[in-house]
Parts: sequence; C-alpha cells; structure tokens
Amino acid sequence: MFAPGERVRVKDQWPEQHGPVHIRTPYYVRGVEGEVVRHLGDFANPEDLAFARPAAKLPLYHVRFRKDRIWPEKQPDDELLIEIFGHWLEKP
Amino acid sequence: MDLLETDGERLLTAVRALLERKGVVSAAEIAERRAATDNASPGQGAKMVAKAWLEPDFKALMLADGTKAAEALDIPMRGMPPLGVLEQTPEVHNLVVCTLCSCYPRAVLGYPPFWYKSAAYRARAIRDPRELLASEWKTVVPDSVKLRVVDSTADYRWMVLPMRPTGTEGWDAARLASIVREGDMIGVTVPSA
Repeated sequence: MFAPGERVRVKDQWPEQHGPVHIRTPYYVRGVEGEVVRHLGDFANPEDLAFARPAAKLPLYHVRFRKDRIWPEKQPDDELLIEIFGHWLEKP
Repeated sequence: MDLLETDGERLLTAVRALLERKGVVSAAEIAERRAATDNASPGQGAKMVAKAWLEPDFKALMLADGTKAAEALDIPMRGMPPLGVLEQTPEVHNLVVCTLCSCYPRAVLGYPPFWYKSAAYRARAIRDPRELLASEWKTVVPDSVKLRVVDSTADYRWMVLPMRPTGTEGWDAARLASIVREGDMIGVTVPSA
C-alpha cells in the first residue's frame, strides 16, 4: 500500500507489445514520477475483467503528476490527476 | 421484411429473456435502470451544486462522498460507479477528461455532450488544456491559477463543483441551479449570474 504524499513512479512497462490486453494506465504516464494523493478504494482488476477472468480487487490510487514532467509548458505548476492501480506503481 | 426488426434488436430481446429466465436480472430492474438513465440530466448535477452553494454541510458531504450527496437528493446511484467531486477554488481549476474512452458521471449529468467523446477533446485536454479552453470555450484560466486535468481512467466518475458567481446573493436553490450548465461541471466553462 502507498500512503498519501508518497513519491511513486508508474512502471515503464508496455504489455500491449506482447499480446491483447486491456489497460487503464495511460501511455503518457508510463515511467513518470508522481505523488499519491489518496487511496480511492479497492476495485476488480480491469485487466482481468475485460477478458472474463477471475479479477482480484486491487487498490486504486489518485496520483498527481506535474504537467512539466510529461509535456513541458510555461505553466510548470499545472498538474494531472489520474486513477492508477497499485500494481502499476513502484517506489522511484 | 420489417426494417425496424434488426438483428441487434432480436439479439437484445433474446438476451433480456435469458437474463430474466436465469434470474440474473428482472424485467422490473431493467425498466428501473432504463428510467434512471433516461431521467439523468445536467439538471441533477446542477441541483447538487446549488445545494452545496447554500449549505456548507452538504458541500462538505459532496466533496467527501459524491454518491451519498447525490442519494441525499434522491438521484438513483445504485449500481453506479462511485462519484467523486472536484472543487473549483481561486487557486485551482479542474478539468475532467477520459483519455482512454468516455467515462462520464452519467448518473448526475446524463449523457455526455458529443465533443466529450471526441478524439480531439481527449487529446487536447491532456496535452494543451489552457489553449483548448481558451480557443473552444473562451474560458481563460489565469496564469496564477493551477490547472488540474483529471483523467478519468478507472472506477470513479468525476464532476466539478464550480465556484458560486458574484451577483447571486440571496438567490434560492432553484434560481442558482438554473445558471449551472453541464460544461461548468466538466470544467470547460464557469457559471455567471
């Protein structure tokens, strides 16, 4: 489990290169560091649900990313807030 | 040949009959859900916003648990994804998008506007949101305000609680609700008196 305020990095993984998948982690945050805002609850893993497989409930987090970590702009304090499942997060 | 009787229609009828026969879901439950879906509209979200503007306790509930706040106004939330509410403040402007598909808080806002599902909105909202808001909606977010783009990627649905505009002092809930548009609750526009 990750705590609010904890630094995390989205795993730089691309399982779509190895076969059919259903992934809720946007491409543009793979490998990007962010900060956990809060644990939103535990939800059935969509990567299994989409294929009618038994789906374990996994922790879902709201994670904040500085926009300039992804697309540098003249507004460095702008941010992105994204729901990311815990198994996609690692300590940076 | 009956042009109205399509393969899809026959399949739907067959699946519904099977669901009922197997006890998965009753015809009454399907009718209830269809009614809830058809009745959902931005007017429901606007009622929540107006109540939040008038009652600090309700606003606190809405920000803590959007589903409970909606249910307090008799908006049907059973079986719906949890609802989260994002507050516009003088420091932060929230904008909701679903870059992966078209997740939208249908229970409280109804069907999404056509542009919400477009590839153009989804791409521009995440890549260049300030330019998008300024060019398409004439919504200029001041440089001093943080723009927070909320990408609705998973199991929550998100709506925005706009700031109450000046010039609305003394208004009752119905009049306040009448100035709140769907765009205000997505974050592409802001309400005005």
